[in-house]
Amino acid sequence: MLYALKIATRYLTANKAQTALLVSGVAVGVFIFIFMSALIGGLAEFILSRTVGDISHITIEAETADPALLISPAGHVLVVAERGRARTATLADAATWLPLIEGVPGVRAVSPQITGAGFLARGAQVAQVSVTGVEPGRESAILDLAGYMVAGDVRLGAGLIVLGRDLADDLNLSIGQTLRLQSANGVTAALTLSGIFKTGNGSMDSARAFVSLSTARPLYAMPQGVTRIEIKLDDLNAADATALRIRALTGLDAVPWTDGAEQLMEALNAQAQTGYFLKTFALITIVIGVASALLLSTYRRRPEIGIMRAMGAGRGFVIFVFVTQGALIGLMGGIMGAALGYLALLPFPSRDAFEPGTLPMDITQGSYGLAITLTVIGAILASILPARSAARVDPVTAIGQ
Amino acid sequence: MSALLEVHELFKTYGTGEAATRVLRGLSLCLEAGEMAALLGASGSGKSTLLTILGTLMKPTSGSYEMLGQDMIAADDKALTDFRNAHIGFVFQFHNLLPDFTALENVIFPTAVREGRETPAARARGRDLLSRMGLADRIEFPSANLSGGQKQRVAVARALMNSPELVLADEPTGNLDRDSANQVMDLMGQINREEGTTFLISTHDEKIAGFCRRQIIVGDGGVTG
Ligand SMILES: Nc1ncnc2c1ncn2[C@@H]1O[C@H](COP(=O)(O)OP(=O)(O)OP(=O)(O)O)[C@@H](O)[C@H]1O
Ligand SMILES: [Mg+2]
Repeated sequence: MLYALKIATRYLTANKAQTALLVSGVAVGVFIFIFMSALIGGLAEFILSRTVGDISHITIEAETADPALLISPAGHVLVVAERGRARTATLADAATWLPLIEGVPGVRAVSPQITGAGFLARGAQVAQVSVTGVEPGRESAILDLAGYMVAGDVRLGAGLIVLGRDLADDLNLSIGQTLRLQSANGVTAALTLSGIFKTGNGSMDSARAFVSLSTARPLYAMPQGVTRIEIKLDDLNAADATALRIRALTGLDAVPWTDGAEQLMEALNAQAQTGYFLKTFALITIVIGVASALLLSTYRRRPEIGIMRAMGAGRGFVIFVFVTQGALIGLMGGIMGAALGYLALLPFPSRDAFEPGTLPMDITQGSYGLAITLTVIGAILASILPARSAARVDPVTAIGQ
Repeated sequence: MSALLEVHELFKTYGTGEAATRVLRGLSLCLEAGEMAALLGASGSGKSTLLTILGTLMKPTSGSYEMLGQDMIAADDKALTDFRNAHIGFVFQFHNLLPDFTALENVIFPTAVREGRETPAARARGRDLLSRMGLADRIEFPSANLSGGQKQRVAVARALMNSPELVLADEPTGNLDRDSANQVMDLMGQINREEGTTFLISTHDEKIAGFCRRQIIVGDGGVTG
């Protein structure tokens, strides 16, 4: 149908101003589509990185040991409670699980930890603190501790402790000074302040202390095992599936971050819905614009359509001429809008460098291909009604003899 | 001579009920191959109606129509479209050309739409036809910029493009001056003599009708002379 294509392009070029206006209108719709995609996508990325970027994506916590249940032959439930069992349950054989978990696809980092409460004392000053014992070398596996350091070194080792800025200030501590840490188990250790971090998160900066795993073991009476395994993923959206996988693989109670984050997910969903809504309207505007312009064109060209039909052009040919016009308008407007959208998004900082006060636009989430495809499909659909009305033109009345 | 087409007992009524206009009331007509006929009659007598039916652009209310041995009443839209393309050429009074195309593009339309593209052979024949119409210097001219007489000559060239057996012309010289009208009629007469193409030309003008060997007069819903 090369010939129908020729006639369609001739019709479009015959009235350049009108075609340019129509294509620009389509391009504006596509631009809005792309802008919304980049904004909603970037915003979601931004919110997620701010809220879950620094936390564990999947967490395995030691189960608080439930008393074992025994069922008697008669069907009575008997509870067997062990006496003298330590309050802190442990993931005793964590060491065997770690390589397995690290091998799960999508897992970026694994951090075995011993967590507990304690008191920090420096002279007469005392502060309550939540202690995390991490493996040296994995300090920044979950929380980007290295990135938040404001003094000293992130590297943990025997007898070293890293504190938040507010906590260090409260205790008037500076790097190299010594302090005492008393664990909730009643064990005391003398530690040297080796690093100070500032995350901007108040409770983190004023009540968290990091020590090495080996420092934490005697404090919490755990010669082996850990209390918690934190896992960071390449894609935080894969947390649910990956948690299921780890659970199946290890039998451990792997909990994805999405558990308990329903409100956040709802907010993100609502935001995405708003985006779909606006994008749908942009598409509807394109469809209506193309349909009305082509309808006008078929009306204006009725005598010509009549002539073509009299000369032996079939209805299919006429339909093809007008649908092709719609497709060409969609394609040109789509490409133009996508190019404009890309250019408009270029000045925005990349998603790793969002600056406060600017829109968190993500140029990589512009959905350019989708925008062009949907626009071409929309424009073709929009041209079906005008094309059919063109094909139904009665040559006799159109020629008006 | 053999019969090119034959219509029998044609009836055509526009509208229904009170507003019904019974234009053709049992019209019968036979055209021989190679004829050059003028269609005369008062305004409103049904000349255009008859040409439209003969051109298969409209079906009569009743009656029979056979052309080249084929039943034109029973044929569907698709068959009639192909039939027109191959066997019938049209010249109208107004709105003859596609204004966004050149004279040559207009002339070769009937061939291009059949073949799906503009072939070099079609272009060559189009050029040849335009030259015969005295338009050798207007071949690549935008048709919108042609004069009225030039437009009608382009339309005649286009009507001849697929070498049809029949050319139907509805007042082809209706809005031309005397010289242009004579030129168009001369050209059609020449084609008729040289190629044996049958022409049926409606007109109000006795002088134009004088170019034709046969005069068909429409009146009272039928042929009166
Ligand atoms: N589509 C239509 N609907 C209703 N009436 C029509 C229609 N077309 C034609 N008529 C009527 O049919 C009659 C014949 O019209 P037609 O156009 O065939 O006459 P004509 O002989 O070509 O006239 P003219 O010489 O003025 O061109 C006229 O009375 C006209 O008003
Ligand atoms: Mg008429």
